[in-house]
Amino acid sequence: MTTTTHTLAFQHQHAAHCESGVISNLLRHHGVPVSESLAFGLSAGLAFAYLPFIKINGLPLIAYRSLPRAIIKGLIGPLAARFKFETFRSPQAGQARLDALLASGQIVGLQTSVYWLPYFPPDMRFHFNAHNLLVYGKEGDEYLISDPVFEAPVRCASADLLRARFAKGALAPKGLLYYPSAIVRKSVTPEAVRAAIRKNCRAMLAPVPIAGVRGMRWLAKSVGRLPAGEQHSADFIGHIVRMQEEIGTGGAGFRFIYAAFLQEAAALAQLPQLAGYSERLTAIGDGWRVLALKAARMVKGREPVDPPAIATLLRQQADQEERFFRDLQAAVR
Amino acid sequence: MDLDSVPQEGNATLGGHRKAVYARDANGRMVIAASKGWEAEEIVTRHAVEALHAQAQEARQRVQAGTASPLEYWMYERRMDVALLSQTSGYWQWRVRRHLRPEIFSRLQARQLQPYAHALGLSLAELRQLP
Repeated sequence: MTTTTHTLAFQHQHAAHCESGVISNLLRHHGVPVSESLAFGLSAGLAFAYLPFIKINGLPLIAYRSLPRAIIKGLIGPLAARFKFETFRSPQAGQARLDALLASGQIVGLQTSVYWLPYFPPDMRFHFNAHNLLVYGKEGDEYLISDPVFEAPVRCASADLLRARFAKGALAPKGLLYYPSAIVRKSVTPEAVRAAIRKNCRAMLAPVPIAGVRGMRWLAKSVGRLPAGEQHSADFIGHIVRMQEEIGTGGAGFRFIYAAFLQEAAALAQLPQLAGYSERLTAIGDGWRVLALKAARMVKGREPVDPPAIATLLRQQADQEERFFRDLQAAVR
Repeated sequence: MDLDSVPQEGNATLGGHRKAVYARDANGRMVIAASKGWEAEEIVTRHAVEALHAQAQEARQRVQAGTASPLEYWMYERRMDVALLSQTSGYWQWRVRRHLRPEIFSRLQARQLQPYAHALGLSLAELRQLP
């Protein structure tokens, strides 16, 4: 039996980050003109978190953005939207629900593991469970997928997608699917933009040790204590960059996305001074790239593994971001 | 990052894909550009992949020497460790560790192997031996 569900009107757009890409593609489909960067900024998506008690392949979770689903949830307020989030106990129920939603013409967001998605390049397939993608149709046994970190839509066999949706471990998706059930406001108000920036400043300056600039300093401390010249130290340093650049789409990358948002916000919220902040954040993002390059050189053996040097660069980034967010907070008060 | 410094170094771990990055164009506007990849990313991804591959190869030698069960090989081959295999199979970590011993593993019944087979995406026959 061949079942074909197809939403022809859907337009895939390449994005830097899975969740902001999914949600902006989904919202645009529903007639809300938001770019990826606007979705990212409006949901106060920029973050830093160091979670040494959550391990991925034996190394701590380092996030350069907010928790999974935070971007979607962060947009509910500004757009006066409602989203349905559904998780499932059994894979069969999860698949049946997805198929029913597709048959009714919905485009559906999913949280999945990266490892079990065969269309990912083999070197990128790690057990990372907080990937997001959109399903916009089904042809025979294949789902039609808009994975925003890919340039073009892809296809995935149903058994593979099911496995990816029900992968276990840290941040297990439990088959999570989501779609908007109502979107009241289809444009963005200046007040929503200011509130989102204030919220993001608060998050980056939060008085908790694992988050924001304090999280960076804690990570710096942990790195600084690593013994030089040991395999584990090189693994750890490489991991900082890998979480920064590959899996999470980029510590530097997120700064650049937020810089793009600040440019849009300058016009939307009639705050021309935000353009200057965009410049400043771009420079901070370049600093993260310098750190990544130095770390990569150490991993490759082009320079000696020097954990304190990485710690120093991390502290510099923390100091710059602290000043940046304090000034930005004052600018939108 | 300026548009002309968007890395196009052909990161092999991207498997020919391009990723979207934001960069500043000549007018100072942040725009999306497609990047073929950056060497720094390639180095750290390769490093992680190779570390996992080395673990699998060491496990393979232990299995051949009779000091480890095929489960250990498959665990690393699937880019997992004991903690993750415990979470995905539902066995406690101490039991997973026990099952890495060949004499214990060889006594396991199909019913007991099934959670591993499922977690690793293997048939029971595959799980019982090296590929």
